[in-house]
Amino acid sequence: MKITVKEIEAWLEAFREEITAHKEELSDLDQAIGDGDHGINMARGVKEMHNLLETKSFQVPGEILKAVSMVFIGKIGGAAGPLYGSAFMKMAAEAGTKEALSAEEFLGVLRAGKSAIVQRGKAETGEKTMVDVWLPLLKKFEGKQEIDWDDWENSAEELKNNTKEMHAKKGRAAYLGARSVGHIDPGATSSYYLFKALADTLREGS
Amino acid sequence: MKKLINDVEQIVDEMLNGMTAAHPNELRRLEDTTVLVRKDAPVQGKVGIVSGGGSGHEPAHAGFVGPGMLDAAVAGEVFTSPTPDQVFEAIKAVDGGKGVLLIIKNYTGDVMNFEMAGEMAEAEGINVKQVVVNDDVAVEDSSFTSGRRGIAGTVLVHKIAGAKAAEGASLEEVQQTAEGVIKNVKSMGMSLHPCTVPASGKPGFTLAENEMEIGTGIHGEPGVERTELKPAKEVAQILFDKIQEDMQLQKGEEIAVLINGLGSTPLMELYVMNHSVAKILQQHELQVEETIVGEWMTSLEMAGASLTILKLDEERKKLLHAPADTVAFKR
Repeated sequence: MKITVKEIEAWLEAFREEITAHKEELSDLDQAIGDGDHGINMARGVKEMHNLLETKSFQVPGEILKAVSMVFIGKIGGAAGPLYGSAFMKMAAEAGTKEALSAEEFLGVLRAGKSAIVQRGKAETGEKTMVDVWLPLLKKFEGKQEIDWDDWENSAEELKNNTKEMHAKKGRAAYLGARSVGHIDPGATSSYYLFKALADTLREGS
Repeated sequence: MKKLINDVEQIVDEMLNGMTAAHPNELRRLEDTTVLVRKDAPVQGKVGIVSGGGSGHEPAHAGFVGPGMLDAAVAGEVFTSPTPDQVFEAIKAVDGGKGVLLIIKNYTGDVMNFEMAGEMAEAEGINVKQVVVNDDVAVEDSSFTSGRRGIAGTVLVHKIAGAKAAEGASLEEVQQTAEGVIKNVKSMGMSLHPCTVPASGKPGFTLAENEMEIGTGIHGEPGVERTELKPAKEVAQILFDKIQEDMQLQKGEEIAVLINGLGSTPLMELYVMNHSVAKILQQHELQVEETIVGEWMTSLEMAGASLTILKLDEERKKLLHAPADTVAFKR
């Protein structure tokens, strides 16, 4: 499996479809434990990303990831903007100027994104944030030459669902303390859609 | 949802245009941004002060732009932090050669976006420092969480840091003074009725006719406790007790008091609230140097109020009384 600009574009477009279709769900989850704008903000970001992908052409994965990071930083706002934006910026740096990435190299790109999120958000696992999807998912598949995308998607979904019983310690949900228990984290959910979109794209492509 | 708007997507843009149209001699909008600056920015030889955050808190933050307070306010979408590129434009526009102080309310998004903007400005050679306001005693303070939220006490940080900068102090001095205010200002709010974010169309939470929520944030976040509706004197006591638990104010101490309406509570009720607060402060033999009552940090059309107490020292007292000439706050 080789990942080129074509696969990255298909992945991001699938991500846009997931976010657009689940905008209400993300906002409802955020309403329960935050301020209710996560779906709105993410939908605005992926819409701008779609416009960018429609109007510009890219040569290498690193280039498209960089351009998308600038859109996320500039258009999403809230906490999600800097987090997704920083992730994509570090992913772009890791992808460099390579035209095609192997599965192993691409996992390295995603791990660079995870590090950026951890650094920017200063969150650890178990704190009811998107880190609870990114970190364990990438750890599970670290070093794999081939990825079972069904396993990938199911793992991401399970990790997202696991945030339900967590007591929020970071992000706006932390202000609720114990009242945050019983609700799935909205950031973990949008991250699940990002990884589900990846599985759908690469599973079909293989 | 019943709101006086044209287009949900254009609210912030139209509000900013409306503000500059109303105050053409005081405010200027940086082209293609959501930044309002002092008409005469940058002021050479003065530390620039930039604040901002999500919209929906008017008059915060643009209402406090002007001599003696802020040099720029950056507006995000409703209840959503502005993005780093916007904050960066504000920093560049107000840097008069002495550096820029960012006054940030403690929300994960705001801190990250302002920090990123600060990093961008530092990369361009502008000296930037930041302070993070966390005055809300409703939420637990712990190094394991995001910490306490920034609410109405932020306005007093704007006022006092702004006055310090106007005196010609250095960036480090203005930052130090702002930190001093932050350490000594505590707030607590409550609400009677939730608010509706225009883009979502639904209220952030629901309250029955006979209920109130204690410890509500300024974004329609649920509070920490829901109780039956109580008279203003009992509400004042609840808010004061929680603040006092944290501040441990001693008899004879000099304080400033800020009663803040959250958007749809009439001034009449805010004065009733202050009547009850004043009695409690008198019982504790606290010396109230200044009381500020009004709408300063609102939460769209939320009903309710917050109480803020600032412990004064000679410098803070002097700077609080110093002149300020902004759209929403004059001294």
